[in-house]
Amino acid sequence: MREEGVRPRQSGELTRRQFLTYALGGTGAFIGASILAPLVAFSLDPLRKTTGARFVEVGGVGDFHEDLPKQIHFKVTRTDGWIQGEATMTAWVIRKGRDILAMSPRCTHLGCQVNGTVDAAGNPVPSTDGEWWFHCPCHGGRYTKYGINDPATPPQRPLDVYEVKVDNGKVLLGPIHQRTV
Amino acid sequence: MFAKLYDWIDERLNVTPIWRDIADYDVPAHVNPANKMSAFVYCFGGLTFLIIVTQILSGMFLAMYYVPDIVNAYKSVDYITNDVLLGNIVRGMHFWGASLVIIMMFLHMLRVFFTGSYKAPRELNWIVGVLIFLVVMAFGFTGYLLPWDQKAYWATAVGTNIAATVPIIGPYIRTLLVGGDTLGALTLTRFFAIHVFFLPAFLMILLAAHFYMIRKQGISGPL
Repeated sequence: MREEGVRPRQSGELTRRQFLTYALGGTGAFIGASILAPLVAFSLDPLRKTTGARFVEVGGVGDFHEDLPKQIHFKVTRTDGWIQGEATMTAWVIRKGRDILAMSPRCTHLGCQVNGTVDAAGNPVPSTDGEWWFHCPCHGGRYTKYGINDPATPPQRPLDVYEVKVDNGKVLLGPIHQRTV
Repeated sequence: MFAKLYDWIDERLNVTPIWRDIADYDVPAHVNPANKMSAFVYCFGGLTFLIIVTQILSGMFLAMYYVPDIVNAYKSVDYITNDVLLGNIVRGMHFWGASLVIIMMFLHMLRVFFTGSYKAPRELNWIVGVLIFLVVMAFGFTGYLLPWDQKAYWATAVGTNIAATVPIIGPYIRTLLVGGDTLGALTLTRFFAIHVFFLPAFLMILLAAHFYMIRKQGISGPL
């Protein structure tokens, strides 16, 4: 027998127990989220940090030639957490008509350092391997002097290039990009 | 979706009785603040645990950036505080939470004391509680050194010298705490290891025993 004045419950209507469960769960979820939210944001901090590579002067236009690439080293300042350091970068630079092509020595297969064809003194010399001028010691990847990969070897894209700016006859190198060709 | 996933697991492993055993516990009337507001004092133990969980979580995240080394410790803490997104909030959670754990734990202990809950048959749980108290104090002492600033360094110098005043074995205790005779690189790695590996392990074992006993023996009766 139902009490007088108590409305019968309709199907799908919230029971007191369900309401309390939701209220309790909601409160718990709110407390948990307020603890976890700052922690998660804290751990995602690297996503908002940018590398911000600046352009570095590496010589005059006349220092580079059309026949063979020349290896250059230059220093960039790099921020690693709370450590400010200088990192030495390497580039192979060749002129192609009026353009200057500055290639990263990082093999596009798995990131080893590719070797240019050089003599004992380190000066670039013509290749003894046909058109292939750069050779990777790790898995035999090879590239032309313009960094174009041999598709028959593991690397499947050309060597990455530095962004190049020429200002008043001076060559400046910036961040490294994949080629869009 | 979650209900379906839960049913799928439950059909295979029959997990419902496990959490029902833990969750379905009738809170005695004299412990329920809904009946008598002053019963909120019975929440202090649970609140202490909530803050301990927050300490463990914030500590885990701080360890992503902190380096326990005399050259980098201060710089990494400075980096956390000033450069990392919400770093001062997360460090603040750990910093203020540390004091709050001790305050809440002390209030919990006062409640147990004044309600006489430590009496037979619950003496063993009181003893485990005192061990938890000691472990938490050790957390405070070792954690205080980690920022490696002036306050940390000299507080640890004072603390280890107090330990050295124990008759006969005092100097040996100091050497073991400091990891040699100079408060320096070895002290910091030692305190870090104790703070993040040894003490959490002890604390979890002791808390498990503490909670098992309270559930086994039930909450003590009304005054």
